[in-house]
Amino acid sequence: MAKYIGKEMSRVDGFAKVTGQAKYASEYKIPNVAYGYIAQSEIAKGSIKSIDTSEAEKQSGVLKILTHLNCPKTKSKDEAFAALQSDKIVFSGQPIALVIAETFEQARFAARLIKTEYLKAEHVTEAEKAPTVEAPAGFFGKPKPRGDANTAFEKSEVKIEAEYTIPIEHHNAMEPHAAIAMWDGGKLMVFDKSQGVGTVQGHLAESFGIPKENVSVSSEFVGGAFGSALNPNYYSFIAACAAREINRPVKLNYTRRQMFTGNGYRPYTWQKVRIGASRDGKLQSIIHEAVGNTSSFENFGENPNSFGRTLYKCENYDTPYRLAKTDLPTPTWMRAPGAVSGAFALESALDELAYELNIDPLELRMINYAETDPETGKPFSSKALMECFKTGAKKFGWEKRKMEPRSMRDGRWLVGWGTATGLWGAYQAPATMKMTVRKDGSVYIGSATADIGPGTYTVITMIAAEYLGIEPDKIKFELGDTKLPNAPMQGGSLTVASVGTAAHGAAGQIKQKLLEIVLKMKNSPMADAKIDDVELADGVLRTKKDKGNSLTIGQILQEGGLDEVSVTHTSMPGKERGQYTTQAHGAQFVEVKVDEELGIIKVTRVMEATACGRIMNPKTSHSQEMGGVVGGIGMALTEITEIDHRYGRMTTTDLASYHVPSHADIHEIETEFVEEIDTVVNPLGVKGMGELCLVGIPAAIANAVFHATGKRFRDLPITPDKLI
Amino acid sequence: MRPFKYTRAAETAKAVEAISKNKNARFLAGGTNIIDLMKEDVARPDELVDINRLSFDQIKATSGGISLGALAKNTETANHPLVRQNLPLLSQAILAGASGQIRNMATNGGNLNQRTRCTYFYDTAMPCNKREPGTGCGAMEGINRMHAVFGWSEKCVAVHPSDMCVALAALDANVKVQGADGKTRSIAFADYHRLPGDSPELDNNLKHDDLITEIEIPKNNFAANSYYLKVRDRASYAFALVSVAAALDVSGGKIKDARIALGGVAHKPWRALEAEKFLKGKDATEANFKAAAEMEMKAAKPLEHNKFKVELGKRAVARALTMAMNGGKTA
Repeated sequence: MAKYIGKEMSRVDGFAKVTGQAKYASEYKIPNVAYGYIAQSEIAKGSIKSIDTSEAEKQSGVLKILTHLNCPKTKSKDEAFAALQSDKIVFSGQPIALVIAETFEQARFAARLIKTEYLKAEHVTEAEKAPTVEAPAGFFGKPKPRGDANTAFEKSEVKIEAEYTIPIEHHNAMEPHAAIAMWDGGKLMVFDKSQGVGTVQGHLAESFGIPKENVSVSSEFVGGAFGSALNPNYYSFIAACAAREINRPVKLNYTRRQMFTGNGYRPYTWQKVRIGASRDGKLQSIIHEAVGNTSSFENFGENPNSFGRTLYKCENYDTPYRLAKTDLPTPTWMRAPGAVSGAFALESALDELAYELNIDPLELRMINYAETDPETGKPFSSKALMECFKTGAKKFGWEKRKMEPRSMRDGRWLVGWGTATGLWGAYQAPATMKMTVRKDGSVYIGSATADIGPGTYTVITMIAAEYLGIEPDKIKFELGDTKLPNAPMQGGSLTVASVGTAAHGAAGQIKQKLLEIVLKMKNSPMADAKIDDVELADGVLRTKKDKGNSLTIGQILQEGGLDEVSVTHTSMPGKERGQYTTQAHGAQFVEVKVDEELGIIKVTRVMEATACGRIMNPKTSHSQEMGGVVGGIGMALTEITEIDHRYGRMTTTDLASYHVPSHADIHEIETEFVEEIDTVVNPLGVKGMGELCLVGIPAAIANAVFHATGKRFRDLPITPDKLI
Repeated sequence: MRPFKYTRAAETAKAVEAISKNKNARFLAGGTNIIDLMKEDVARPDELVDINRLSFDQIKATSGGISLGALAKNTETANHPLVRQNLPLLSQAILAGASGQIRNMATNGGNLNQRTRCTYFYDTAMPCNKREPGTGCGAMEGINRMHAVFGWSEKCVAVHPSDMCVALAALDANVKVQGADGKTRSIAFADYHRLPGDSPELDNNLKHDDLITEIEIPKNNFAANSYYLKVRDRASYAFALVSVAAALDVSGGKIKDARIALGGVAHKPWRALEAEKFLKGKDATEANFKAAAEMEMKAAKPLEHNKFKVELGKRAVARALTMAMNGGKTA
């Protein structure tokens, strides 16, 4: 029986966060720090004809102005955007100068005195009008057509064909991106907002052509990121350039507006779904096309249409995917990238099919349930999606749903119930953890992972506590620093599976070392004990048979003449995974109430039934699920980055005009975890949930709105103007 | 932001004098809008005269009605018993605007003088006649979903962003100002804000050195039948797509007096005078409300992306009147 895992535990960093002791990248007080402000391009495409910084330089407090004329050149060959490298303008909002001054205000004021003349070229920011290219293969290669989708579609008894669009959306985490860069001789130290300090370290080492060991990056706390701090963004390099030029630490903090062009976004996506089915609802063919926008200089793809390939039994499946080359910054990963976009289209189309067939939408999903991976034929390591369907439906009261649109009401409000399925890979990556247990029973653990908000500090501490048999409050976990052993960046919902497994493995090694000391003792109380005969619990090492036969960790270290015992353990994804498909699943049920006359939609109830292996901490898990639902509500109903294509410039670039849901938009959100026992994914049996919980929400909401109103919305977000 | 001089005025005459001496000086009250505008380089005053120490922060009953001090905070005003009891419409309108934090800082006088939130006005890289006369209107043929359907000109299609002012317009408030000559005068609310015409850089008819001291709302019989309806993109902290302040004075099912003002549709709070006139003396029925709404919205001239505001405006006016009739209770 687990003592900590599976029990509710409050965040170990909660107190530090609410009392302001937790420091975010720009909050470190560095003596003699100077401040940077980025001046940005006002045109979308062309080049800088001249840039006059003379007036700006004269202003009080101004220390240095970097432009493409004097900024050090990057040595990186990466195609990702690097700032101040040439006179070429590739998007509106591109940095054209970095002003360094004694204060932020001085830097910002001076930046506005820079006079720039441009040679304008004709830009295209509208994805529909931009030239397209074949999308690059993603992480898992380019999916090949399965069967003969076109022929099967043509032969199908029932056909559905519909187009769906999703606008550009921005992460808009609370914490703006920031870096403080400082040099000590040839060594660079950077505080950054990052989901993976290792990637920033690699990027800076490459950019300056210096060994990785000479770059250290720290990111102790992150105020939300949602993917925007996965890839290194351009600011850390120019902050470090400036710091070297003026020989002082430099702090560079984005403004909210700069977050719209400085750290990527969810791409605009056009999708066309064609589904062929038999009258009894069996899927015959799915052709799911997609075009996403990217920049002119970099091809970013997220395979949105691959989402359904492993979800439903369907022999013929094709997913052509192209990219539209727009004169905008490059998109990036944004919460549940690809999957949530693909799910909006496919899960909406399935709802359309359900209505065409007059089959309950949940029933239709059950009819096409895949018991084995339809793509590879492999078994799933675990898949409790059917239980999610059943449990979720029961808790939600789905059986009371009337099939007919506009058939349910609450006074003036039309009521609609919709459902959709979520799917996300159960990933794991190599991760290393240092673990030290001291004589006084205190523990240090360290790994260069990140905690962007899901509760990594807490859950990894719980895992270490569980397997060391030591109370969580005696454990200090350090993360987010390149001085620590390697860990994957926090993306793809793989942190607990990766770093948690490393903690589990490290604790096992600690136990082994302690046992070795005990075995060497004269008249050892555990003579002949094998590793599996003993356990660490309640601060002691003891035999499982006779729990009284125990030694405290302090006694053992004393015996061994040690102050502490320390291990560095690397965990790898298990080989057995290769024989299985490893995924997490969920079913989402949504109730909306619609005031059709005024175009108002309220998401009054959400039921998330989720199967993602073992739940480590129900409290933070519930919190994460709620966060995903809120993200889904935003995507479905409020979030859009508008672009004035005449100027190639985004117009909704603040939190007043870019609408993330407010508290008043959020009503009841219930989560139900259908736990799976999965010994294949990793020894902990844990799968990620942070993205999974969002995947089906936009489609479920759109389906619920259809059920309420009889109107099908295929273009997000569903704002009042579209509804009335 | 640009360097500026900051002074704190201890008395009204000094504050007005400081402003009248410098045409690039501005008063600073709650600062919730002007500070933002200065950070964005949209407002470029070289002097701010802080008036927060002046004593215009009282909310009181007067012989004519209720007086709101120009420096009373929005939150305090909305929650004041006098306002809640006698002017529930105003209380609702204030609470429908901004966020709790902003309302805690924002003053009544400042609320009147806040600038449009047109995104072209806010982005110095874009053309905007309001920010920089002569550069053109970016929104006219740009993204104008949030913009005006009434009273706009070729120069400007921006809307006034306030909710509070929509209620004040409906309630026929008067704005008391003190000029450089030390004299106070009263401006009827309908004459306070202006339409853009050829000079969209001017939002209202205040003179540069006028200081708002109080806002007076005359006694009325609307407390039992009024409602502020705001339709927006999310449930809180969003500017109105369309908002309606509706107030009825009803006796025996007959409408003695009606007030209707719309927000989010024009450069100033838009009084629906046609609809009001139509309703006076008629039965307070939904059919009449709809007819009044229809009549008022006939004059609307929508732009490319805000055509929905015409239909939404009709429905919102009718709904707000119905809600007002129900004493604000949801049907």
